[in-house]
Amino acid sequence: MSRVDGYGRIDRSRTVTVTVDGTAYTGHPGDTVASVLLAHGARPQNSSVKYGRPRGIGAAWTEDPVGLVQVEEPFPEPMLLAATVEATDGLVVRGVAGQGRLAEVPDTARYDRKHTHCDVLVVGAGPAGLVAARAAARAGRSVVLVDDRSAAGGTLTGTETIDGRPSLEFVADTVAELAALGVVHLQRTTAFGHYDDGFVLALERRGESARTRQRVHRIRAGRVVVAAGAIERPIAFEDNDRPGVVLAASARDLLHRHGVLAGREVVVFTSDDAAYAAAADLADAGASVRVLDARERAPQAGRRRCEERGVPVETGTLVHGTRGEDRVTAAVVGPDRREVPCDLLLVSGGWNPAAHLASHVGGSLVYDPVIGAFRPAELPPGVTVVGAANGTFALADVLREAGGPEAPVAPAQEWPEPTLVLWRTPGDPARQFVDIARDATVADVERAVGAGMSHPEHVKRYTTIGTAHDQGKTSGIIALGIIAELTGRPIQEVGTTTARPPYTPVAFAALAGRERGDLFDPVRTTALHAWHVAAGAEFEDVGQWQRARHYPRAGEDMTAAVLRECAAVRTSVGIMDASTLGKIDVRGPDAPVLLDRLYTNLMSSLKVGRVRYGVMCGNDGMVFDDGTVLRLAEDRYLVTTTTGNAAAVLDRMEEWLQTEWPDLRVRLTSVTEQWSIAAVAGPRSRDVIGAVFPGVDVSAEAFGFTTWQDTSLDGVPVRLARISFSGELAFEVTVSSPYAPALWERLVEAGAPYGITPYGTETMHVLRAEKGYPIIGQDTDGTVSPHDLGMAWAVSTKKDDFVGKRSYARAENRNPLRKQLVSLLPTDGATKLPEGSQIVAHCDDGRLPPAPVPMLGHVTSSYHSAALARPFALALVKGGRERLGEVVHVPVGDELVAARIGESVLVDPEGARRDG
Amino acid sequence: MQLITCPWCGPREEIEFSYGGQAGVAYPEHPASLTDEQWAHFVFFRDNPKGPFAERWSHNAGCRRWFTAVRDTRTYRFLSSPTSNPELTS
Amino acid sequence: MADEMADRTLTPTHPLADRRRLLAAVADETAGAVRLELEAPVAAVDLRLDPRGTGPAAIAADLGAELPSEPDTWTAHPTGTALRLGPDEWLLTSTAARPEDWEFHLDEVAVAHGGMAVDVSAQRTSLRVRGAARELLSFGCALDLRPAAFPRGRCAQTLLGQSGVLLAAGLDGDVDDLQILVRPSFAAYVADLLVDAAAELVPQPA
Repeated sequence: MSRVDGYGRIDRSRTVTVTVDGTAYTGHPGDTVASVLLAHGARPQNSSVKYGRPRGIGAAWTEDPVGLVQVEEPFPEPMLLAATVEATDGLVVRGVAGQGRLAEVPDTARYDRKHTHCDVLVVGAGPAGLVAARAAARAGRSVVLVDDRSAAGGTLTGTETIDGRPSLEFVADTVAELAALGVVHLQRTTAFGHYDDGFVLALERRGESARTRQRVHRIRAGRVVVAAGAIERPIAFEDNDRPGVVLAASARDLLHRHGVLAGREVVVFTSDDAAYAAAADLADAGASVRVLDARERAPQAGRRRCEERGVPVETGTLVHGTRGEDRVTAAVVGPDRREVPCDLLLVSGGWNPAAHLASHVGGSLVYDPVIGAFRPAELPPGVTVVGAANGTFALADVLREAGGPEAPVAPAQEWPEPTLVLWRTPGDPARQFVDIARDATVADVERAVGAGMSHPEHVKRYTTIGTAHDQGKTSGIIALGIIAELTGRPIQEVGTTTARPPYTPVAFAALAGRERGDLFDPVRTTALHAWHVAAGAEFEDVGQWQRARHYPRAGEDMTAAVLRECAAVRTSVGIMDASTLGKIDVRGPDAPVLLDRLYTNLMSSLKVGRVRYGVMCGNDGMVFDDGTVLRLAEDRYLVTTTTGNAAAVLDRMEEWLQTEWPDLRVRLTSVTEQWSIAAVAGPRSRDVIGAVFPGVDVSAEAFGFTTWQDTSLDGVPVRLARISFSGELAFEVTVSSPYAPALWERLVEAGAPYGITPYGTETMHVLRAEKGYPIIGQDTDGTVSPHDLGMAWAVSTKKDDFVGKRSYARAENRNPLRKQLVSLLPTDGATKLPEGSQIVAHCDDGRLPPAPVPMLGHVTSSYHSAALARPFALALVKGGRERLGEVVHVPVGDELVAARIGESVLVDPEGARRDG
Repeated sequence: MQLITCPWCGPREEIEFSYGGQAGVAYPEHPASLTDEQWAHFVFFRDNPKGPFAERWSHNAGCRRWFTAVRDTRTYRFLSSPTSNPELTS
Repeated sequence: MADEMADRTLTPTHPLADRRRLLAAVADETAGAVRLELEAPVAAVDLRLDPRGTGPAAIAADLGAELPSEPDTWTAHPTGTALRLGPDEWLLTSTAARPEDWEFHLDEVAVAHGGMAVDVSAQRTSLRVRGAARELLSFGCALDLRPAAFPRGRCAQTLLGQSGVLLAAGLDGDVDDLQILVRPSFAAYVADLLVDAAAELVPQPA
C-alpha cells in the first residue's frame, strides 16, 4: 500500500471496492480509479494503440494521455480517464487495449440539460476563480462558478498561505461566502465549450446516485472569466511513455488530494521551479527523492527545501531515457547514460495556460518565451482570462490579478529561477514520444516536416498528434516546439492548432439530454388521434405528424387493408382524418390581390361560397405546394396546404407579404389546429352528411361540387365543403378542433348503415393516384412545373404576372423532353413497381442496353388498385405525354419489367363519379 | 449558439430565426420585359461577399416578423441593429 | 334518427385529456414543488391592427382596458387578457364569450379601423405551471426566465424543447406562475417534456 497517513481529502472511515481488470481494490470516498490503483501500486492493463506498449497513469486529471479505462459497471462507457472516474463502490472497469468499445446495452440513465443565465460565469474554482467569483458576487453580480474537480481549491494543496491562513481554510470560507451571496456553484462540472455571446456549455457529473447522471448546463453569461488554470508540460525523452513516468504536479496532487504516494524511489526531472514543491512534499511523505534540474542553476528556495529534507539536487542534468519492462525501474541520465534507479519518474517542463475556452470564441494566443508557452492575447468582448490560464503562475500574482480591489494576499515567491524551455532531450527520435496517446514520436514529426508540412494543422493531421481523448493537452506544445526546431523558425511563427470544443470528451447521451425516446422529436397528433388508436390504426410519420395510414383488421396486411378501404370508398363510403392539412386564414381587402400573385391560377375571380384547387410555385416556376382555396368573404379566404409544407407555405406567404408587398392590406393567420377536418368520401357520403346535418340540402343541385356551406350541429358551427381528392362524391366536414372527436363519432354512427370505413393516408394515396392527382413532394421534387404535371389548366393566362410565371417562358421550360407525369401499367398486370425505380428505354432482347443506360425517368408512386384490380404506377417520364401507349422497361431486381405509358388518370377519366 | 436581436422581441437564440438571404433584391417590376438571362440572374444569383452583408432574417419562433440586418460573414457578428419593416413598427 | 341527434349536444374534448392524470400527479411527486394544471379553454382571437392607427384605441374602448403597448407584454381586461405578439398583432382572450361571438364582435370593431380578428380559440391550449415554474422551464427554454428578466406582465413566443410556445408570466397575479400556450398537436409533447423534467425537482433523500 502506498497510502500515507495524514494526507489526502478522502474519507478513510469508509471503504469502497473497485474492480479493475478482474482484481478488487479497496479505496475510499474521495478516490479516483487512478488513485486507488496507485495506492495499490497497480495500473490498468492498458496497451498503446499502435505499438501495443504498456500504458499506466500519466497524470492526475484530464490531461493524462494514457490512463484510459473502460467502465463496465454500473454504466457501460468507453475510454474514460482513470484519473477522472470517481471510485464508487461496485465500480467495475477494465484497461483499454488500444481503443475502447461502445456499449452493447442501452444506457438507462437519465441525462438532461438546463439553461442558466448570469451576469458573470467563472470557469475554475482554484484560487483565481474563487476570488474572481467573490469579487463579482460582492459587487452584486449574479454569478455562476463551475469547476471540474470534486471540490473547490484547484491546485492548492493546503501547504500555501492566503491572507495569513492555511489555503484550504481560505477556500472553505470563500465557498461559504459565495453560497451566502447566492452564487450558483457547481463542482464536478466541466465547461467544455464556449460559443458566441457568452454562451458556455458545461457538463455536470452528478453521479450514479443522482436521478440524472449527467447534465449539460447551457449558460448564457454577460461576462465569462476563464480561470481554468494551467497544464504541466512534459519533456520528451527516450521511452518517456513507460508506466511510472508521471507529471510532477500530478504526483503532488495525488498525495494531497488522495493521500497516495505514487512511488517510493522518485526521480524528479525538471526545468521549472514548481517541481521542487513536489520533490519536497513527496520526501516529507516518506519517499526517497532525487531532483535532476535541466537548468544550470537551481532556485534558491527549492534547493534549500530539498537540502532540509536530504533530497539531492543535480543541476545541468538531463534525463535521456528510461529503463524497465512494464514500468520504469531507472532513469537514464546524461550523455554517459548513467542509470538512476527509480519506481517513479516525475517530469516538469513548465506550464501551459489552459486558455482553451478563450480560444473557442476566437481569442488569440501569443507565445511567451519566458514561460515557454502560448498565453491569451486579444480576447473577444466579454471574455477575461485570469490566473494560471493567463500565464500568471505565482499564487500572490494570481490573487492580485483575479481578486479585484479586495484581493487576498499570499507571500511572494522567493527568488524564482527562470524556466528553461526544453521540448526534448538528446536521443533517438523514434523512441521519444510526443503524443503518448497516439504513439506519435519525434520521428513522426520529422517525417511530417520532411514531407513538406510545416503548419501545425497539417502536422497534426499527418501524425495524429493532439487528436486523442486528451486533444493534445500535454503534447500539443511539444509538437509545436519540435516543429519550430526542425523548421528552424521561432515558435511564434509556427503558430498553433485551433482549440475547439469539447475541452474534454462528452458523451452523446449527455448532449442529447432528454431528447431521447419519445422526446427525441415531437410527435404531433390530431384531435382524433385517440379514436384512430382505438380503431387499431397503423400510423405513418408525415413530418412530425402521426397520421393513420390504414386500419388493418385481424389477419390483414397493409395491402389487404388498403384494398378493402379503397373499395369501400369507391363503392360505399369512407371517412378520413384530414386535420393535418395546413390552413391559413387570408384576410383583408387586398387578399384577392395577394392570392392572385402567389397562385398560378386566378383566385380573385373565385366567388364567395366556392372552392378552387390552386398551385403555388417558386420564382423558378416549379411546383412548391398545392391545395384548396375557399373564398369565405370578399376580403377573406381559407387556404389549405399540404401537411408537410404547412409551415413552409405560411413562411413563404409572409415573406412575400412582409418583404415584397408590405403595402398590401392583408394579414395571414395560421388556423391549422383551429379546425379539424373529416373527409367523408364515396357514393354514400351524401347519405351520411344528410343524416348528420338534416337541415342542409345535400342534393347535387343545392350543394354543388367545389362549393361550401356553413351550418351547425347542436349549436356548434360546422363547415361543409364538396371537395374530393378521390374522384368520388365527397364532403369535407370542418369543425373547431375540440369538437372533432364528438362530430367524428356522429359521422361514423350515421355511416354505420352504409358500412362507413375509416381509411388512412395510404388508401388516400391510392385513391388520388388512380385519379392522377399528384402528391407534392412525392410525385414532384422541386424540378417539376405545373405543365409537367399536366396541370396547364391551373396556370392562368389572364394574369400579367404571378410568382413563377416568367420562368415558364424560359427555353428549358418549353423543352419537349421535360419529364411529364404519366401512368405506368406493368404489362404483366401483376408487378407492383418499386417507387423510385428508374425507367429505361425499350430494348427488344429484354436486357439492359449497354451502360450508361439511358434513363427516361422514374416511378414516383406505385400501388395495388382495387378499382383496376391490378397494380399501377405514376411516373415522371421524358416527353411522357408524347409517348402514350409506348412500352418502357423498369429494372426490378434482376428483371426488366415492361410497362405501358398511359394517361395519368386511370379511374373515371370523365369525372362522372364526383356528383355521386 | 449566437444571439440575434429581433427588432421586436430582442435578443434570442439563433435557432428561433430563419435566414432569408441577401436583402434588397427587389422582385422585378416587369418580369415579362426581362431577358432570360436577366430573369435567371434575379432568381438564382446572389452576392456572397467576405465581410459586411445585408441580409434578411425572420424571427420564426417568435413574432414571425422579417427584418434586415448587416452581418460580417467573416466573424458572424451583426454590425448594425436590425431594422424591421417600418410599416409594421409602432 | 335525425331527430334523435338534434337533442344531443356535441361535447368538446380537451387536447390534453389523456395527460390530465399524469400532469396532476406531478404536484405529489415533487412534494408540491411544482404543479402543472390544465387550463379551461377560452375564446381567443388573433387581432391585427395598425398600431399607429385608431384601432388600438377603439378596441381598448370596447374592452374597457388598454391594449399592451410594449413588445412581449400582456394586460388584463374585464373578461380576459390581451397579449402583444408582434408590432401589429395581439392575442385577445375571453373567458366570457363564445369563440365565434368573440371573433365576430372584435372583428366588427377592428375592420372599421382597417384591422381584423380571426378566431384562434382552438389553435392553442394552455398549461399553467405553479411553484418552481421558472426552474422547471429552464430545463427546456433558453429564455432568461428569472423574475427580474421575465416579470409578471411579460409574455414571449419562443421554443420550449422543440415546440413553439407562447409563455406568459403571472397571468392570474401569482408571480411564480407561468402559463404555457401551445399548439394542441404539440401539447402532449410539451406535457411529457415537463413531466419528465419535473423529476429533477423531486426532493431527494440526502
